[in-house]
Amino acid sequence: MNEVTRDAFSQALDRRTVRGRSLYVDAWHRLLKNKAAVAALIVLVVMIVLVAVGPMLSDWDHEIPDWDNYSTPPSLETGHLFGTDALGRDLFVRTMIGGRISLLVGLVATLVSLLIGVSYGAVAGFFGGRVDNIMMRFVDGIYAMPFMFFVIVLMVVFGRNIFLIFVAIGAVNWLDMARIVRGQTLSLKNKDFVEAARACGGTELQIIRRHIIPNLLGVVIVYVTLTIPQVILVESFLSFLGLGVQEPLTSWGALVNEGAQELETAPWSLLFPAGFLAATLFAFNFLGDGLRDALDPKDRL
Amino acid sequence: MLSYSLKRLASAIPTLFLLITFAFFMIRIAPGGPFDSERALPPEIEANLAAKYHLDEPLVVQYGRYLWNIARLDFGPSFHYLDWSVNDLILQGAPVSFTLGLLALLLALAIGIPIGAWAAFRQNRAADYSVMSLAMVGISIPNFVMAPLLILLFAITLGWLPAGGWEFSPSRMVLPVVTLALPMIAYIARITRGSMIEVLHASFIRTARAKGMPERSILFNHALKPALLPVISYLGPAAAAILTGSVVVERIFTIPGIGSYFVQGALNRDYTLVMGVVILYGMLIILFNFLVDLIYAWLDPRIRYDEQEA
Repeated sequence: MNEVTRDAFSQALDRRTVRGRSLYVDAWHRLLKNKAAVAALIVLVVMIVLVAVGPMLSDWDHEIPDWDNYSTPPSLETGHLFGTDALGRDLFVRTMIGGRISLLVGLVATLVSLLIGVSYGAVAGFFGGRVDNIMMRFVDGIYAMPFMFFVIVLMVVFGRNIFLIFVAIGAVNWLDMARIVRGQTLSLKNKDFVEAARACGGTELQIIRRHIIPNLLGVVIVYVTLTIPQVILVESFLSFLGLGVQEPLTSWGALVNEGAQELETAPWSLLFPAGFLAATLFAFNFLGDGLRDALDPKDRL
Repeated sequence: MLSYSLKRLASAIPTLFLLITFAFFMIRIAPGGPFDSERALPPEIEANLAAKYHLDEPLVVQYGRYLWNIARLDFGPSFHYLDWSVNDLILQGAPVSFTLGLLALLLALAIGIPIGAWAAFRQNRAADYSVMSLAMVGISIPNFVMAPLLILLFAITLGWLPAGGWEFSPSRMVLPVVTLALPMIAYIARITRGSMIEVLHASFIRTARAKGMPERSILFNHALKPALLPVISYLGPAAAAILTGSVVVERIFTIPGIGSYFVQGALNRDYTLVMGVVILYGMLIILFNFLVDLIYAWLDPRIRYDEQEA
């Protein structure tokens, strides 16, 4: 072996030690190139930090009124950055507390729907055949129902309890997730690399862990980012109708409702919570779109 | 076509059945009866009331009666408004709600489709990006936020339009209809753009271009019809969106439609009214999805053939 080939050989060896980039590292780099998605990510991080620490920075409490200031506009002098509501409560703190509830509901209810949807869809897709047929017919059946109204009815019948909101919204939102996961599992199951893994002597459990779950992850991540704003929206909708979170707790939907009633005299009490709600929904939707573009191998050129 | 319709109609029946069953048992397990009040009634009167409304019969008989009544479109008496049946309330609200929903749907189609097609035509140019960003705003701002903002701007600040109330006049209808239509315009524009881009890349469009057809006639004669198929399939969900949206819009603009009765019923625990509206909405959504499927199958014969082969 002469010097030249030895060099080439060692170079090739070196190259092999370079770590391969996984799908997710790749997707992450693509996501970082998408300006709208990065901006959305920043907005969301700022929003979460603000909502988490905001109430501690203010001198006011979300329940206790400032007896000197009823329905006062935002000002630095009084210390009420977003003004006060008709009962003299500081709107900055209330918006932050409302944000905590809205984001919390968004996350928890999405988790509930994730849990139900992924297991249901994965089971239907993996077993296929008759099981799949029956399970998906059931999903189709309840898909056609006016579910928003069932959530409302649930709230009416069982009282307005925050844990019920989590469960009710989660229980309603799993249908899409189940359908997507089922379709994905069904197509993954018949892929050549699964066949290859099976031929190499991989057990079912190994195949599920090594091939099915990682390949489902992308779709699930995208869908979770798109479900969170939907869930926040449902909660706000309920609270707006007076059926969601109850006083003294609040959420963005409840604040928008209060603000809408004082529209003429105190427009700030609508504008701040509405702005935070819209910005959050906007950011989640943009991030979800960006993630879909980043993770979808179809558009990779 | 007929056998396809019948098959589709038959598949809607279990859904409807599930819906009604769910509604019935939901009312039954709800805590508190319709005649509970602060002061306990004498047991004899309670028994009479129960007999009058058949609450003393076994659950199975009651369920059968409920199914039969729903089949005859009789939703029973309201538990809150004395002397009113749920049917009366629904019939009173229906014309208002339907006018509102229909106008919003037409407006959304009339604006959403051209905007989406235009964005697709200018794909990846400034016009496309700005239209799609605006559409994202439209989707992200919920209508219970949009409605007060519109009122603030057009009714309070500018004073051009009334802030609420209802009569069949354009000035009162503009704001509610626009509020209801905005998110739908956004969705329709996005869907139209997506499918239009796909169609414009199809080979039959390339052939048309190669033949030297003018762009205008390519767009209108060849691309538009296939590009509209996904929009039509969106009309099913759109119907559901209108129904949900109307609950909010009717409440904000104080419009006496079915949506406001629904919210009022929910707050008053008027179970029969709430369930009546839910079942009615369910029927409407099922009916709408059915019609959409029929139109779809009529426009796209491949679907019918698939059905026959299977």
